[in-house]
Amino acid sequence: MRKRSTFLLTAMIMGYAFLYIPIFSLVAYSFNESRLVTVWSGFSTKWYAALLENDALLDAAWLSIKVAAINASCAIVLGTLAALALVKLKGKRGTRSLGVMVTAPLVMPEVITGLSLLLLFVAMETMLGWPAGRGQTTIILAHVTFSMAYVTVIVQSRLANMDQSLEEAAMDLGAKPLKVFFAITLPIISPALIAGWLLAFTLSMDDLVVANFVSGPGATTLPMVVYSSVRLGVSPQINALATIMISVVAIAVLIGGIITWRQEKRNTQRH
Amino acid sequence: MTDTRSADELASSAPDTSNNRDIILQIDKVTKHFDSAYACDDISLSIHRGEFFSLLGASGCGKTTLLRILAGFETPTSGRVLIDGVDVTNVPPYQRPVNMMFQSFALFPHMSVIDNIAFGLKQEAISKAERNDRVREMMSLVQIEKLAGRKPHQLSGGQRQRVALARALAKHPKLLLLDEPLGALDKKLREQTQFELINLQQRLGITFIMVTHDQEEAMTMSSRIALMHEGRVEQVDTPRRIYEFPATRYAAGFIGLVNLFQGVVVSHENDQVLIECEELPGQLLVHHSQPLAVGMDVSVALRPEKIRVLPGNDNQPNRVNAVIKDIAYLGDVSIYHAEVASGKRIKFTLPNVQALAEQPLTWEQEVTLGWQGDSCGVLTL
Repeated sequence: MRKRSTFLLTAMIMGYAFLYIPIFSLVAYSFNESRLVTVWSGFSTKWYAALLENDALLDAAWLSIKVAAINASCAIVLGTLAALALVKLKGKRGTRSLGVMVTAPLVMPEVITGLSLLLLFVAMETMLGWPAGRGQTTIILAHVTFSMAYVTVIVQSRLANMDQSLEEAAMDLGAKPLKVFFAITLPIISPALIAGWLLAFTLSMDDLVVANFVSGPGATTLPMVVYSSVRLGVSPQINALATIMISVVAIAVLIGGIITWRQEKRNTQRH
Repeated sequence: MTDTRSADELASSAPDTSNNRDIILQIDKVTKHFDSAYACDDISLSIHRGEFFSLLGASGCGKTTLLRILAGFETPTSGRVLIDGVDVTNVPPYQRPVNMMFQSFALFPHMSVIDNIAFGLKQEAISKAERNDRVREMMSLVQIEKLAGRKPHQLSGGQRQRVALARALAKHPKLLLLDEPLGALDKKLREQTQFELINLQQRLGITFIMVTHDQEEAMTMSSRIALMHEGRVEQVDTPRRIYEFPATRYAAGFIGLVNLFQGVVVSHENDQVLIECEELPGQLLVHHSQPLAVGMDVSVALRPEKIRVLPGNDNQPNRVNAVIKDIAYLGDVSIYHAEVASGKRIKFTLPNVQALAEQPLTWEQEVTLGWQGDSCGVLTL
């Protein structure tokens, strides 16, 4: 028994080490004094200061945050609408295949998504004159396309678990359908909306492949800058930037976790 | 129907406060089918103002669908629903003068008790002061003033039931629909709540329509019961009449225990029917005022508690010799299963009057059973 628990403990430590050592080394080297990424020569925060003066990097970061936020907000609206339709029309003819189709972007290779969107945008520009050129707008459109699928899946599962009689009760008490949605449905599924928003934000911040296909001159997202600068040699500035991003993501995940945990606690208390 | 008894004798256990001429709800030939399955099949019912009316039936009999049609969540395939003389068949739920208490209670989890109760009133154009008064009145009506600020997940099952009731009553509906209102409560609490609901209904005078699968609950609480089976109404009557004079074999079997004997009408004179049964050695003499043709196949329904153990068999009608085969001791009464010569088993109950006495009857004992001709009913359906 004791031997087994030692084995499990070792396995667990190994697993976490495998996941987190690269991240910790990255964070540690962001405080390295040396210019060379692999040689430790003392503690310093100078790369953080240098980062603040690197306009290209800061512009890209700002663009990425902007794209991610707009993307997440659009994806939430569209994804929720899709989820509502799928849940409310459940059992009607054709909704099963629609449900499968909406999740297709989850498994589609990014290269294909990126290429097909690029071709679409070019064709649209020729035929409709919009979107004129490629840049921020096309990146947002492309990101919404796949983020929406994730949001749909998350919101759909929350809606399916919601007691249908809650909406009926509200309607029975005199609330019109739109009022029912905003007063009852929306507050109840709000944890899923927050989780979906955070996920869509992260997916957009993270994306390199699709953005590379559909962006144009003047619209360079953070992953694109990082990727191209790494090709010219890794600067410790990238480490500093990565550390900041990891902190932001960690905080977001923590908030998401707390929301889910509180929701679950409430659910278990109820039953 | 046999109807020579006085009206008083047939009064239901729950006093009927309804004014019989004043019909508040009329269900007119309502049919609802999902794909090809009939949930409601040509149902017509008239419900009076102030009644406590129950839709009783096994699961899948269409009672919940009918209730949902009344609330407006389902539209009937054909037929009409009139509330207070107004056709509401195609009126959406949020415009009907009807409120519903859901089986799951359906309390809004993100709102406090007070907000749950106020929700319906907020949809109406009434002043905030009036709304607050109404909410307070409802909370004191069901005695939950102390719970005002709590969220639903902080309440017990019984408390949730009260909040749901207060919320449904807050808008002073013309009809209150209750879907298995006590289904989520444990047995002890259920019995106590039954009487609270009856008292509340009588105090408010609001017409209650309850769906239940629990015959005891329906019997205790209702002024009238509609017994439903496979989308149809089998019988509509007071609890006492449904029990004592079931209209169909299904009705007889659904409520309480019953012995059913298949037989053929031999003669019918002066309201006395003589029935020949293959399963019984003697004949049955039953009081029945409706016309019956000689030679007609009928069933005779006999409740177990109407049977007496007699000292000896003098070969009269409504007497039979039998052997005790099974005894079930239930505390207040014991149920005996006695077998007659043909192999047919007859169920009868005897009260356990003395605590220490041995069972009055024992296994394999021969007994003579007898009953009054007006204690059983003739069923033709």
